Amino acid sequence: MATLIKNKQITQDHWQTLDSQGETPHFESSTVGDWLVPLSVWTAQSHVLCARGGRNGVILQNTDDPQLLVNDFDRLALIAVHFPKFTDGRGYSVARLLRRLGWKGELRAVGDVLRDQLFYMTRCGFDAFLMRADQDGQSALKSFKDFSVPYQPAIDAGFRFVGDAKSVASAPSVVTVNPW
Amino acid sequence: MYRYDEIDERIVSERIDQFRDQTTRFLSGKLSEDDFKPLRLQNGLYVQKHAPMLRVAIPYGLVNSSQMRMFAHIAKVYDRGYGHFSTRQNIQFNWPRLAQVPDILADLARVQMHGIQTSGNCIRNITCDHLAGIATDEIVNPLVWCEILRQWSTFHPEFAFLPRKFKIAVSGSEQDRAATLLHDIGLQAVRNDQGDVGFRVAIGGGLGRTPILGQVINEFLPWSDLLTFLDAVLRVYNRYGRRDNIYKARIKILVKEKTLPQISKEVHAEWAALKGGQGTLTREMVDAMAARFTVTAYRSLADVNELLEAQRKAQPGFARWCERNVHAHKVAGYAAVSLSLKRSGVPPGDVSAEQLEAIADLADRYSLSELRVTHEQNLILPDVEQSQLALLWQEAKQLGLATPNIGLLTNIIACPGGDFCSLANAVSIPVAMAIEERFDRLDYVHDIGELDLNISGCMNSCGHHHIGHIGILGVDKAGEEWYQISIGGDQGNRAALGKVIGPSFARHDVPEVVEKLIDLYLTKRESQEDRFIDVVQRVGIEPFKKHVYGNVDKKQTNHTRPLANA
Ligand code: SF4
Repeated sequence: MATLIKNKQITQDHWQTLDSQGETPHFESSTVGDWLVPLSVWTAQSHVLCARGGRNGVILQNTDDPQLLVNDFDRLALIAVHFPKFTDGRGYSVARLLRRLGWKGELRAVGDVLRDQLFYMTRCGFDAFLMRADQDGQSALKSFKDFSVPYQPAIDAGFRFVGDAKSVASAPSVVTVNPW
Repeated sequence: MYRYDEIDERIVSERIDQFRDQTTRFLSGKLSEDDFKPLRLQNGLYVQKHAPMLRVAIPYGLVNSSQMRMFAHIAKVYDRGYGHFSTRQNIQFNWPRLAQVPDILADLARVQMHGIQTSGNCIRNITCDHLAGIATDEIVNPLVWCEILRQWSTFHPEFAFLPRKFKIAVSGSEQDRAATLLHDIGLQAVRNDQGDVGFRVAIGGGLGRTPILGQVINEFLPWSDLLTFLDAVLRVYNRYGRRDNIYKARIKILVKEKTLPQISKEVHAEWAALKGGQGTLTREMVDAMAARFTVTAYRSLADVNELLEAQRKAQPGFARWCERNVHAHKVAGYAAVSLSLKRSGVPPGDVSAEQLEAIADLADRYSLSELRVTHEQNLILPDVEQSQLALLWQEAKQLGLATPNIGLLTNIIACPGGDFCSLANAVSIPVAMAIEERFDRLDYVHDIGELDLNISGCMNSCGHHHIGHIGILGVDKAGEEWYQISIGGDQGNRAALGKVIGPSFARHDVPEVVEKLIDLYLTKRESQEDRFIDVVQRVGIEPFKKHVYGNVDKKQTNHTRPLANA
């Protein structure tokens, strides 16, 4: 069973996922539960989906344009980004774009999600991770603490290129190599 | 040199803990080969033909004597007593044991070094002009900007799994010694009319199977926008770069297929959203970064031209060495000196532990403890007092580091090739050594003048054969090693890609072909100053072709020895 980690804790997954493979089912106002569906299904059936009782989420492929969801943010409770292979890094940029476009809700990495990438994924804006089935959720939690002081800004400001005096104050005052 | 503060130290030590844990999990079977591979690569660890190879970053080429001694220590304790300087300002160790790599990294951390992102599909070690900060033709000192880029790119969370490796080079001088147009991103520091610092940004350059020169995407990028603009370029590449074919995955192919105007549009649209936001540099940030560099304690001296003149007259060997291996310095009374790691009988770029230690001593005594690594696989003592040059020459000569061949034919650049690299079609180092042997008579080599000769063992072009005045590429023909030869490549401001002269040659013929190319050049040149590359550019490759292949039908030369009766 794949473990779901949310906000750095192991959590129960209440969502049902509609596989992108196979025939597209038709949702009805009587369909119950929280459903995570591909972008194409969402686009075609968002009215029916929203008329039901349960919550809705969209699962994006890493080639989907996140821009297409901007007007739907307030009707969604979850956006997931699929990693076909952990070495395919497009999902990181998709996550950053979604956050930049204003998505504040749960952003879940699904697919080939491994412990050793959790730190980077978090800094790109993911706050939930459906781990690949063979991953041990408990030990994966340690990876959120892999680094305590990232250099560059991402979702957070990082430590080195921040406007306040924090990073600046730690340096001695003589400028020895003139960059100007 | 940049000195780590506690943040830098913490980051590197946390990296070692992380990698130690990953290695332990791998060795105990909890982490699969496939899942481990990208992790080890991003720590500089390859698995090659015979054993793992560990690549250590020398950020923008700067290294000090204690770091050099640490290389010697690693070579002795974990390796077979030597290291290999690569063409990308790295040092490689060819025989470490996987289980010991975390220990090696911990040793390196003690001298503020690491193997982070020296391999893998991520932003690689930033490279720079080896005369940065001391060159007389410098417009902007690029070192602080390089360090800013090093920190920005280190563990960049969004760009650890790009379609392919990503290389950035920075130059701050009029003459481009960093080969910026041959990188995924080339940054040339410039000034606008107001004197403000900015960067001319070229993208999509590179060697390999599809050699292309970079194209300018931004003529003047203000310094404060450096990081946000690079974020925009990388994001566009990360999203749209090809991932279906490893040979088409570099940004140069994306630029080629989509065209520069289209990519430029995408990048600028993305940048519009990022510009002025997080990551915008302020003067305080840049000055704080600069302040972490050490002070170079120059004495106030005057140039000693007469003394040098007299010494050169007295010793022709010294004069020759000064001509090739001593470089002008922007501080009066100082000079920069190239220590040649190329001499007959030794693979280019190889150094023994003993030599590394001796070099560290030279740096301590002659160059304020600092050194540079060049992309031509040599070392530079950047801050030598001119009055000490003759003494240094004597010592370097005894150590076999004073071959006066910088810029000459025997300063061959060669990749590790078939002796070490599992991707190779053919060996490179033995070919380099055979050529060196043939041209061992140094007077003759001096007479030939400036000539870059580069050798790669396969299309991946780690030996940069495309930009050699003479380029040699190992090819595979029915399981045999053959070599394709090109001429007319060049680097720097006049960067150009060489043209293949014809069908390839068997290994034992290569030195003779090189000699024939040189022969023809010598008959065509108009003066001593008329370099090989100048002649090729003037007369084209045809005369060279004719001279090498004679009138023999080219199809035949493919399989018979083309030079047998030449
Ligand atoms: S050019 Fe080819 S043979 Fe040479 S080091 Fe690179 S990959 Fe290996």
